[in-house]
Amino acid sequence: MILADIARLIRSKNAGPFMITFDIMFADLASYRRVKDSGALNPTAFAKLYRCPVDKVRYFECENALALKFSIPRPLTLGELGDGDTHGGQQFIPLMNVEIP
Amino acid sequence: MANEKLQQIRFMSPVGSVGGGIDGAALDEALARAPHFIACDAGTTDAGPFSLGMGIPAFPREAVKRDLSLMLRAGRKAKIPVIIGSAGTAGADVHVDWVLEIAREIVTEHDLALRTAVIYAEQDRAYLKRLLRENRIIPLDPAPSISDAIIDGSSRIVGMMGVEPLQQAISDGADFVLAGRCSDSALFPAIPLMRGFPPGLAWHAGKVSECGTLVCETLGRGVIFTTVSQEEITVRPYGDALRCTPQSVAAHSLYENANPYLHRECSGTFDLTNSTFEAIDGVTVRIRGSKFIPEPYTVKLEGAELAGYQSIIVGGIRDPFIIRQLDDWLGSVRNYIDESVARVLGNKADKGSYSIVFHKYGINAVMGALEPYAKHLPHEVGIILESTAPTQDIAHKLAQLSRQPLLHYPIKEWVGSTTALACLHNPAVIDRGPVYRFNLNHVAVPSTPVEMFRTHFMDLCGSRSS
Repeated sequence: MILADIARLIRSKNAGPFMITFDIMFADLASYRRVKDSGALNPTAFAKLYRCPVDKVRYFECENALALKFSIPRPLTLGELGDGDTHGGQQFIPLMNVEIP
Repeated sequence: MANEKLQQIRFMSPVGSVGGGIDGAALDEALARAPHFIACDAGTTDAGPFSLGMGIPAFPREAVKRDLSLMLRAGRKAKIPVIIGSAGTAGADVHVDWVLEIAREIVTEHDLALRTAVIYAEQDRAYLKRLLRENRIIPLDPAPSISDAIIDGSSRIVGMMGVEPLQQAISDGADFVLAGRCSDSALFPAIPLMRGFPPGLAWHAGKVSECGTLVCETLGRGVIFTTVSQEEITVRPYGDALRCTPQSVAAHSLYENANPYLHRECSGTFDLTNSTFEAIDGVTVRIRGSKFIPEPYTVKLEGAELAGYQSIIVGGIRDPFIIRQLDDWLGSVRNYIDESVARVLGNKADKGSYSIVFHKYGINAVMGALEPYAKHLPHEVGIILESTAPTQDIAHKLAQLSRQPLLHYPIKEWVGSTTALACLHNPAVIDRGPVYRFNLNHVAVPSTPVEMFRTHFMDLCGSRSS
């Protein structure tokens, strides 16, 4: 299965003008744990998917919110010439197809 | 507000942003629960640097006036303070004055009398340069470089105030606090902290309230009503079909925050690592266990500088021969543009002084370098050419000089004259005016929590009562 089939919501959004954050949210504890325990989502895999240094990836497991979360510096600062996504809302798509074993 | 010991303090956040559209019925319902104050955020950096740079608000005046009028009238009806932060989107002085003018109109139209504290947050350049010399401006990560020239070259720089300037205004008897740039969360704990409620709970209560109904399971029109006691927070919405659930409230601390557990404010960090969330009924959630860690006082700075003036051309390409070699073709178009610019504009437009960007919708315009499917070719590609230069005149001419090669630059597959770009408009060139960039991600270390902010007291009175 892919992550988009299991998660209730996958989203990306600015966290201030210099960071972007990704939330992966689940409907129940079982799906949350299934994805978390699969190990498919981790800073190394995320760094590869988003072409950024792994030491810039921050990863959080938020069981009380049934959510996994990544944050990275924005590739271009919000509003910088060439930035195509002011709100950072359409950057989550590569996460959708992550295979969850 | 009297100073007797309160068992609990109640407040409401009528809408996530002033101008977003308050639900009047929900406001009345929440007001009947006897809140001690109303607070509402009006700002964001999320839409980009333009509001700060240009000094204009993001919401229509009518929308701000409607919401502010509902809040000010509710505040007077219940005789409780109203606190507005980050006035006019970016919270610089021009934005605060814009909202103040609206407030004057409301006061006149509804015959209100308001002891008003206006708190300005725009920063003096000489003051910032002194802090910089004294190593009291600290970069966050990632931060652009800072210098006297960057400070001088900024259109506007604001400091994001904490609770202290708001508290001073309330202590001095303000019914209406109109603040410039302010931490969104700080609007709500200012009064609870003055009344002795625990900082961890007071700050977390502010955090869950500041975005309005975004803390609910599904976003909708309504009012957030929050109580804080010595032991716990309760949060619930008023509004049709809205509910807070333990998951929705816990998840709210993820939204637009790089770190979901630790939230840095001027006076310290509130720590939600051990917070617990439980449902009280179908719509109300109880929170316990949130902590606050005091830290050396810092004030976050936000600055915007002019990046240039911009013009664009919008069009599309359908020819599969061009689409399959699009990057090479656009590279040739780009070279042709640079040669024309050098020939026609000469030293009026040095190559280093302007920027030309092609946004390729259908290929990678949305994700840029991060796009994993940039090699999947669509049957149609939307093209936006964006030219940016030190003046609008040059930006416009850059776009004009780009139009011909975008239309007619040849490919070897066709013999004879071709027209490659389907232009959407005539004239093809659209001037966008000035564009800005954020140029600071730093904190300042002031000597006191209030020295960076200027408070002016005034009595706003309706004409009939004056």
